[in-house]
Amino acid sequence: MFGYVVRRLLSAVPIALGVSMVCFALVYLAPGDPVQTLLPPDADAETVDRLKALYGLDRPLPIQYLDWLWRVAHGDLGRSIATGREVSNEIARSLGNTVLLAALSVLIAFSIAFVMGTIAGRRVGTVVDRLVTGVAVLGVSIPNYWLGIVLVIIFAVELMALPASGMASDHFDPTSWDHLQYLVLPVFTLSMIPVGIIARTTRAAVSEMMNQEFIVTLRANGVPEWRVLRHALKNALPPILAVMGLQFGTLMGGSILVETVFSWPGSGYLLSKAILTRDIPVLQGTILVLALIFVATNLLVDLLQSSLDPRIRRA
Amino acid sequence: MSTTTATASPPATINATPPRQRGYWGNVGYRLRYDPVTLLFGTVLLLIILCAIFAPLIAPFDPYQESIIRRLKPPGYRGHILGTDELGRDVLSRILFGGRITLTMGILPVMVATLIGGGLGVLAGFAGGLINALIMRVMDVFYAFPSVLLAVAISGAMGGGAVNGMIALTLVFIPPLCRVAETATTQVRNLDFVDAAKATGAPLRLVLWHHVLGNILGPVLIYASSLVSVSIILASGLSFLGLGVTPPEPDWGLMLNALRQAIYISPLVAAMPGIAILITSISMNMVSDGLRSAMDVRS
Repeated sequence: MFGYVVRRLLSAVPIALGVSMVCFALVYLAPGDPVQTLLPPDADAETVDRLKALYGLDRPLPIQYLDWLWRVAHGDLGRSIATGREVSNEIARSLGNTVLLAALSVLIAFSIAFVMGTIAGRRVGTVVDRLVTGVAVLGVSIPNYWLGIVLVIIFAVELMALPASGMASDHFDPTSWDHLQYLVLPVFTLSMIPVGIIARTTRAAVSEMMNQEFIVTLRANGVPEWRVLRHALKNALPPILAVMGLQFGTLMGGSILVETVFSWPGSGYLLSKAILTRDIPVLQGTILVLALIFVATNLLVDLLQSSLDPRIRRA
Repeated sequence: MSTTTATASPPATINATPPRQRGYWGNVGYRLRYDPVTLLFGTVLLLIILCAIFAPLIAPFDPYQESIIRRLKPPGYRGHILGTDELGRDVLSRILFGGRITLTMGILPVMVATLIGGGLGVLAGFAGGLINALIMRVMDVFYAFPSVLLAVAISGAMGGGAVNGMIALTLVFIPPLCRVAETATTQVRNLDFVDAAKATGAPLRLVLWHHVLGNILGPVLIYASSLVSVSIILASGLSFLGLGVTPPEPDWGLMLNALRQAIYISPLVAAMPGIAILITSISMNMVSDGLRSAMDVRS
């Protein structure tokens, strides 16, 4: 086990370095010179050169990358062009809100989808199974930014039952409905895709498990059906939990559209604002942090899964 | 096996497919004919594509024609079946014309990514060793980004626009397609009939074309078809964020973004472009699922 953990941790290092290289390169994807965005369009060549020297942009690319990496490793992601504030502070302030949103969405999606998938997986081919499969397809087919708008129209505009956007205050209090009500629509919207994916995975895992020989043996021995199901679910659970973990990482990076619809002050909304103002340092920093979180989540899921299922370690 | 391939007419044509494979595709077609759900959604998809192609003929209004007095009118107002948008333009006409841009932005990146990613995957799988490691480790890096984030990162840095959006989406879809092609190729490469073909002196080009490509094309194309729906949703999402198509072009995501400001005045009209995205992506997913089960030999 220890050897596997070390090997798996080491294998994540080149991936993380690659991710950092892609994020570093983002600046050079931007049209024109990176300096040009900081200066008025009529700036003379001498000013451009001076600014380049100031930011170290006149040095060779590998040196620039190592320099940038060194600063990033020390928590310095540069300053926002739009606000002048430190990018790392902006991200730190918004990240918690996105974690809250993504974690709640995945947990709720899991509780719904696990029940749905189990029911469908036990009765493959029946009407209930088709219904669940249909809902799962709907979940992954629905553009969640549109679903968010429709929910706002129904619950905020027409029924006036829930707030349309934003967050009550910077300090979230989970005991107060005034704070919680802002979460209802974004969480429901964001949980649609994981519901579809987890329901499909559960259905496949449970239906495969129900055909296993040990299930036949249990039934032949007269074990009650609910205990048979418990045995089946226990064995089907690891891959489902893995998918759930991966979905958390995906939502952390993929909540940008839903956060934009609901003006939820998370990292996705920060990113969406940075795009509109062409604030490259914020864009670069946020994407780097979200991608590294995704890598870390995948790593954690792998390690947890291997501790649940020893067969994976040998592969 | 190798004799049939060696005597076959020019390999670049469809005629070169050996009779046994025509039987396979015949089987797939047979199974599809008796799958009413897939046929239904396939018809819907075909209608959507036809609507987009013939938009200039069937659109009741000019999609760019603005009118100050007809802004944000409800569905049914003076011949505007789906109402009008914030500049008084006919929403139905814009959805019909928008299909051209949205479908292109959804389908083209997947096609290009299938060619590039599939090609790289076959190369990695067939060459193995160092080339495989080199290609697949680069893909791993791009795999480390959630797809929405990668699309937003690339198109955001490049500064938006429909072409940049399509480049971003292509880059998003190359790694997964490469991985599927690589896995399939690695499996086929080690099978006996490939060794037999090589041993009987079949040129590399023929082995790749008939034995490798003939066997991996099915899984790769099924996977690619399942990505089209994701691509349409992502493309509209980019436009929704202001990164894809630029105004005044009609695009479903862009329309959704513009009409979002009008949900208090005209909620029904604001929901319309999203319904177009939803119907297209459901149909695409159902057709893809149907194709998958029709092409699955085991079922």
